[in-house]
Amino acid sequence: MLLHVEDVRVAYGGIEALRGVSFDVDEGEIVTLLGANGAGKTTTLRTISGLLRPRAGTISFDGQRIDTVPAHMMVRLGIGHVPEGRRIFPRMSVRENLMMGAYHRGDDTEADADRVFELFPVLLERQGQDGGTLSGGEQQMLAIGRALMGRPRLLLLDEPSMGLAPMIVTRIFDIIREINQQGTTVLLVEQNAAQALRLATRGYVLETGEVVMSDDASKLLADDRIREAYLGEGAA
Amino acid sequence: MCFTQSFWALLVSGIENGSIYALVALGYTLVYGVLHLINFAHSEVFMSGAFGGLFVVDAVVGGPPSSGLSSAGLIALGTIAGAFFGAVAAFVLERVAYRPLRRRNAPPLAFLISAIGASFFLYNLAGKEFGTNPISVPQIYDEHPWFHLFGAPVLNTYVIIVVVALTMLVALDRVITRTRLGRGIRAVAQDAETASLLGVDIDRVIVTTFVLGGLLGGAGGFLYGMAINVSFNMGFIPGLKAFTAAVLGGIGNVRGAVVGGFLLGIVESLGVSCVSSSWQNTIAFSVLVVVLMFRPTGILGERLGRAA
Ligand SMILES: Nc1ncnc2c1ncn2[C@@H]1O[C@H](COP(=O)(O)OP(=O)(O)OP(=O)(O)O)[C@@H](O)[C@H]1O
Ligand SMILES: [Mg+2]
Repeated sequence: MLLHVEDVRVAYGGIEALRGVSFDVDEGEIVTLLGANGAGKTTTLRTISGLLRPRAGTISFDGQRIDTVPAHMMVRLGIGHVPEGRRIFPRMSVRENLMMGAYHRGDDTEADADRVFELFPVLLERQGQDGGTLSGGEQQMLAIGRALMGRPRLLLLDEPSMGLAPMIVTRIFDIIREINQQGTTVLLVEQNAAQALRLATRGYVLETGEVVMSDDASKLLADDRIREAYLGEGAA
Repeated sequence: MCFTQSFWALLVSGIENGSIYALVALGYTLVYGVLHLINFAHSEVFMSGAFGGLFVVDAVVGGPPSSGLSSAGLIALGTIAGAFFGAVAAFVLERVAYRPLRRRNAPPLAFLISAIGASFFLYNLAGKEFGTNPISVPQIYDEHPWFHLFGAPVLNTYVIIVVVALTMLVALDRVITRTRLGRGIRAVAQDAETASLLGVDIDRVIVTTFVLGGLLGGAGGFLYGMAINVSFNMGFIPGLKAFTAAVLGGIGNVRGAVVGGFLLGIVESLGVSCVSSSWQNTIAFSVLVVVLMFRPTGILGERLGRAA
């Protein structure tokens, strides 16, 4: 087990956003976390990354407890996080945004940047341009590329399809598969359940801060409740 | 009539003052960039640098300067000592006056009050320890006009101050735009949370930013003290003017602070020729009011500042 989340509870002030969430991600998998708006998906990823602290429960990465580790140490442990809304540094060039991804190493970043440019050739053309001037799709690619610069073992992706045209979403999902095939484990948060389940090995469904379902992706894809609630198909 | 007499002399002294405002303004703008707070105690960082430089120079000089080289060495020594003591003051301020508030997520007003409290504490402490009379820095070089600009004498003091300031300004610009540390500072300024996801230790970046501002402000304090004198409350007016310069250039914008510093120095100096020299401060602070009223983002806008 690469990531083990057990009975995690997180609250904002008095309101509990995660009410005992448990799940696992194995090395090499793509696991997707599905759920409607406000289900607690972002909260889950931010807690794994150390931006939020669980009030109860444990999180382990590679057998080591990480639920008290500060956020800036996570990338050193091998956890990369592509946040919701991409969060590109708007007044840094594409190149500098990528360099930020390798900030903790501080060594030569050429080889890593070349790998990112291979995955996203458009970023090579835009190298000198300010991050804030990129299109939404390009920003998403930059956000993923920036996280890859940290050489993560586990990549957390928070709604990479948000606000993008279907064609771009397909490309991004193809690249996520490629990243996974190159050896990075992926935890993918999505509202776009159909595409996420086709990509993933397994899936978990969150509802108001609780895991209500978990199964192999193919089984979830065939499940009537999922089809009705998340794939926009009326009940048969 | 404005500018008719002594235009060049006023311009020269405006540039000299402006270079000090620029050095000090960077301290305000850097800290604002990463914390969105005005470090009103920065004027005491300036004062600390002046005293630090003064004491070190005092300890080293025995008699009058023997050669140009030893003068240059003493100026360099005083500037470095000023930078060092400024940095120490800024470091301590961050630890004592700000970090505890950040830990508790205190409201912005608490930071402002803490800054003003720290400022009062420091300059009263300096007044108590070192007396309230202005102290002259020993004559470490022989002041004389170096050359003439359209008839206006340009003192070597002016040249020294402007050259030292420009060197530091260029160095800082390099650090901010070209180095890993600079990228970390800009990343925290634009989006601190995302910076931390990428491995940036925000606390470390913040304290480093204070130290950088302290280096420049402390060096500026020594240069100012060398040209005029050193006293416990010397930071107040230059501090406010440097703050004005930072706002004029666009608070949070590093190059803006430099432009704002020089512009303010020149405007207040030339403005004096239209009225009288007793108006100099009034002119400078009128600039602040006008900028805040008509272009609160300053000339170059807020650039280090908030992420879009
Ligand atoms: N900073 C916050 N302060 C207070 N409540 C919050 C905060 N962030 C999230 N919440 C609440 O926590 C719950 C879970 O939010 P979260 O952002 O994790 O949902 P999500 O599944 O990512 O939703 P979406 O699909 O809309 O991004 C919601 O009820 C939300 O209102
Ligand atoms: Mg979300």
